[in-house]
Order: sequence, then C-alpha cells, then structure tokens
Amino acid sequence: MQNIYRAHVLVCGGTGCTSSNSEKIMTELEAQLQANKLENEVKIVKTGCFGLCAEGPIVVVYPEGSMYTMVQIKDVKEIVEEHLLKGRIVKRLLAGDKEAEDITKSLDGVGFFTRQLRVALRNCGVINPEVIDEYIAFDGYKALAKVLTEMTPEQVVDTVKKSGLRGRGGGGFPTGLKWEFAAKQTADQKYVCCNADEGDPGAFMDRSVLEGDPHSLIEAMAIAGYAIGSNQGFVYVRAEYPIAVKRLQIAIEQAKEYGLLGKNIFGTGFDFDLEIRLGAGAFVCGEETALMTSIEGHRGEPRPRPPFPAVKGLWQKPTILNNVETYANIPVIFLKGAEWFASIGTEKSKGTKVFAVGGKINNTGLVEVPMGTTMREVVYDIGGGIPNGKKFKACQTGGPSGGCIPAEHLDTPIDYDSLIALGSMMGSGGLIVMDEDTCMVDMAKFFLEFTVDESCGKCPPCRIGTKRMLEILDRITAGKGQDGDLDKLELLAKNIKASALCGLGQTAPNPVLSMIRFFRSEYEAHIKDKKCPAGVCKSMMQYVISAEKCKSCNICAKQCPVNAIKGEKKVPYVINQEKCIKCGVCMEKCPFKAIFKNV
Amino acid sequence: MKSLAELEEIRKKTLEQISLRTNKDGLRIVVGMATCGIAAGARPVMTALLEELKKRNISNVSVTMTGCIGVCKLEPVIEVINPDGSKVTYVKMNAEKAVRVVAEHVVNGRVCTDLTIGASEVK
Repeated sequence: MQNIYRAHVLVCGGTGCTSSNSEKIMTELEAQLQANKLENEVKIVKTGCFGLCAEGPIVVVYPEGSMYTMVQIKDVKEIVEEHLLKGRIVKRLLAGDKEAEDITKSLDGVGFFTRQLRVALRNCGVINPEVIDEYIAFDGYKALAKVLTEMTPEQVVDTVKKSGLRGRGGGGFPTGLKWEFAAKQTADQKYVCCNADEGDPGAFMDRSVLEGDPHSLIEAMAIAGYAIGSNQGFVYVRAEYPIAVKRLQIAIEQAKEYGLLGKNIFGTGFDFDLEIRLGAGAFVCGEETALMTSIEGHRGEPRPRPPFPAVKGLWQKPTILNNVETYANIPVIFLKGAEWFASIGTEKSKGTKVFAVGGKINNTGLVEVPMGTTMREVVYDIGGGIPNGKKFKACQTGGPSGGCIPAEHLDTPIDYDSLIALGSMMGSGGLIVMDEDTCMVDMAKFFLEFTVDESCGKCPPCRIGTKRMLEILDRITAGKGQDGDLDKLELLAKNIKASALCGLGQTAPNPVLSMIRFFRSEYEAHIKDKKCPAGVCKSMMQYVISAEKCKSCNICAKQCPVNAIKGEKKVPYVINQEKCIKCGVCMEKCPFKAIFKNV
Repeated sequence: MKSLAELEEIRKKTLEQISLRTNKDGLRIVVGMATCGIAAGARPVMTALLEELKKRNISNVSVTMTGCIGVCKLEPVIEVINPDGSKVTYVKMNAEKAVRVVAEHVVNGRVCTDLTIGASEVK
C-alpha cells in the first residue's frame, strides 16, 4: 500500500515556471524535506500550468490550498520550516495581495481564478501529468469506457453535434459535423489527427494542455477513432515544445501499459494506437493540409480544398483533424452530457475558451472563461488591468490571422461570431493587450513581418502580396508614407484574401485591415503629418533633454552607447540628433525625468 | 486494461491518496507543532493520527500542523475542526490517546470528553 501523505506540495512544471527555475525549487524542496525528516509525510507533485504565469514559479500547498507565487530557491527553506513543519503559512509569498491578513488565502480565493470556468484546463495544475493514476482518479478514461461499452459510433457523433462544440484552433467549424463527414466515408483505413502545432505568436494553451493533462488528449482521440472508425492517430507537435513532447510520450507509454491504447481496449474489440510526429516549427504547418503533407514526410505546403481531409486526408484516406483544446473538451462532454456543455456559452458558441493573455497586462497567463464573457472582464477583472496605470488601447485576438478590438468595443461578449463581426477572429486564443504606448502601424507591421517570414511561398498572393504590403508599412513607419498608401494597402489586402491558397494567406491581411479600420487617424498622422502619436516609430520622434530639469549629472552621457550626448557642469546637456540612434537608454536612466520623447 | 472494474479500482485507490487536494468539507485535525508541542511529543501524536486514519481507510479527514496555541503547559494539543468551524480541543495528548480520538470522535462522532481542554481545567 502506498503511503498516505498529510500534505501535498504542488510545484508548477509548465514551460513558464520551468524557465524560472521550478525544477531547482523541486530539488531544493526534496533536500529541505529530507533535512527536516518530512519526506514520508509530505509529497511533492509536479503539475502542469496553473495559468498565472506572470507570478511564477508557483507552489501550492494542500490541504490548505495556499498558493505561493514568485517562489525563489531561498524561499523554500522558509516554506518547509514554517508551513510544513510548524503549520504557519508564509504570508509574504501568498498570491495576490501579499499583505493580505487572511491567512487561509487559498487558490479559490485568488481573484484570477474565481471568475474562470475551467473545462479544457480542468486538470492542469491539479494532477501530476506523468502519473496516469492521478488522471484516472479524476474520472480519466471513464468517458472512453462509457463510449466503448454503452454507445454506438453514431451516438458518439450525435453527442458531439448536440454539445455544439466548435473547433478551438481557428476556424470554429462544428466538431460534430467534421466527425460525421469522416464517419460516413467508407475506406479501408481512416486517421485521427491532432494539431498541436501551435504557431500564433503569444498563444500557448495547447502546450499547457499537453504539459498539464496529456491523457485527456489521448482519451479524446481514442473516442474520435471509435466515432469515425479509425484505429490510428497522429499528434503533430512542434519540436520547440520539449516538455510537452516528453510528457505526451510518457502518457502514451503509460496508456499502452494499461491497455488504454493498443488492441482490444476494455475487451470491446476496439483497437487504437497513437504516434507523435514532430514538426520543425513552421507556422504554415498549423494549416491542416500542410500539416498532413508534413506528416506524410513531404515539405509542409498546403494544397487546395476540396477535397477536404474528411474525404481525402492523410495518405488520401479520410482523416479528421482537431486542435488540442478541442480534444480536451471531449471527455467532459461525455462525462457531464452534451446538454451540460451546451448550457455554457452563447447561442452559437458553446462551452468555454482558453485565452493566452499577454502583452501590456498585469496577470500574463492562461485564462479559461465561458463564451460570451466580455473582453473587459478578461482584461480587467481576471487580467488585472494594464501595468503602470496606462490606458488600454486595443487587444489583438487570433494572432496574425485576426484583428484588433479597440477600447470602444471592450464590452462585446467574446464568441466566434461577434469577433468576426468586428473584423477579428477567435483564432487559437492568443490575446495580446496593447496600451497607449503602442503604435498601431508598428503593430500591424509586426504581424505582417511574421506572415512574410512564415509564408511557405507556394502561392503568389501570399508570397508576393504580403511582401508588398510590408514594404508600404515600412515606408509609412519610416516617415515616407505617400497619399494613396492606405488605398493601396486595402486593395492588396482584398486581393490576397480572395486569391491566396490556404487559410493562413487568406487571413494574413486581417491585422492591417482591422487596424486601419479602427485607427485610421493614426495611419493618416503617419502619412500626412509624419508623426507617430504613440512615439514608437523612431524616424518620427526625438529624445530631448529639458534644459530646466537637467541637473548636468552626466549619467545620460555615460550611458549613451554612441556618445551622442554632450554637456558641461552647470550647463544643460544636449542630444546630438544626427548621432542619436533612439535607443531610449538615456530616458530610462535619467534620475530627474528630464529626458522625454518629442513626437 | 480489460474491464471497467479495473479502471474503477485504480480511480478509487488514487483518489484516496490525492483527496487532500479536493477535500473541502471533511474534518480537519490540527496538531500544535511549535517548539513546545514538538518537545512535549507532538510528532508521535501526529504519526499515530495519520496511521490510524490510514488503517481505517478514512480519506476525508486532513491532518495539518499549526504553531503554538498558547497553552504550552498542556501540549501536545490537537484540535478537531468541523466543516462549520466549531472545534474540540484535546490536550496532553499521546499516541494512544490520538488513536482513541480517531476511533471515538472521528469515526463515531463521540467527543472524548475526558481528554478535552475543559476536562483538564476541572482536574
């Protein structure tokens, strides 16, 4: 019999916390527990992402549920000696309001979590992803058992259709319909694929599911296999996600050992096997036809549709392809019922959506909310608002395929259709928040640079068109914009959208179009007045020293990497604008705030 | 895995081990483990509590530690806290008494009146 521990210490092993030393914290924890002879009373559990990445590394101590944030190696001794040995919670490390008097402050009491509804992320930060038994303890593989022993494949497809689940990877296509198309095909072989090639800048929800709850993906793919009549699955995941790949590998091996993958699962005669395919990290391989071409061993390039993958996919066989987050919802739908799932969200968008919130926001991390939650709730109530008291300007959803949502639309309920009406899209759920210091021309340029870089080059509209658009934006930000540039951008965008081969090309102009739509005056200021109102575009701004505030301390001149600042004692310093490379170091270092941007 | 029964067995067994992370409404036993408590022998009391709970397969009771309650002369002190916050304080504990508290109070709901702080004051 295994030991029953009186306390569990959960340490986040997600990519975010691992990069801020959570592995070393775990080692130190082991050492401290041993030093205090607590190793048989306290158990250390490595979990997946809790979602509050901005406050990482995160350590949670149960049974109290005390959540310690930004834990450093030197804090471990105190946690062990105070909390685990003497039962005194280390208040200064608690999440949220560090001065909080409430000593029982636990996970459930942190505002960041109370407004969330975790369905896809239900097990992330709760279980140890490398122990299959813990997944089973939280009803894992129960949905698969129910499906295989009590339901027909048609009933499975029907349940998914009734739940109203739509693809979480970008397009938002109804998952049940996709499965139905593939199920209706007759073929000697069919395939189930998972798109874990998360490529949007700033999006990391798929990685978190793979790292925190890999078994939910395996279970869902087996259910999908049963529904469409397939016995082979592939997970396409980028090699840039080493922790995710490792945990998924461990999970697959454990599932095989338990007979939850392989031959004759649950004695029902159903066989299902799963393999991992590593991608090299090309953005285009997130497009379904390119992804399948890459699995087949060819260069990842898209092909025209139809035929759709459900008819002719991997090796010309009927194939379904869903995103990680979509799959993560599947087991819950079978455990709690399609009606339960359909009761969450809005009329046409059911369930919850995970957002990877980043940019100018306090609580960078992963957030899961019911569809229909407003952007304001996500940014302010859960995200904790904008740092340094700055003003919210816009947020970008859908990454390089989506668009921006300006402040006046903050109260729009988030669902597939309302975002499309605003010229953006749900995409995979990257949410980049921008404050008043962000230049919208520069931002559009950033996304376009990404798509130009990542264009596979197969079709001319994407290969050449996006490049021409980028050149125009380059010109505008360099202060050389011409009359008619905006019309040219819009015309190019329209043509690329209409003629590009794949979804990525067709949506590449979206950020530019959306930013022109909501911030046209800012674009016009760049072109006509040669001014960047946000003070970002370097060609249109200068760093200036205020003669009144300058105390001639010489700090700026010492810091300047190009020796552009000269001055003498008791005489205000001056920046030589011809030499200045506008790096901004002087403004940052000036102790008297005497240096400012002149736009 | 050839049957649902097997799956259910793993589920139950593991849930017991990790119930600590989900248990929100069971009893809580708090052991005073400041210097005074440890010196008076709180550690064997806690170990006895854990072992007895394990022996009886009780998974909805959590055992935690706390600091000095302030009555050092009555240590080791333990408190059994109900989900509603009401509690019973037992004093001058030892391993045998701890086993009794689990058997009588936790399992059968009968407070061991002779071990409480009130009883010690009468003496």
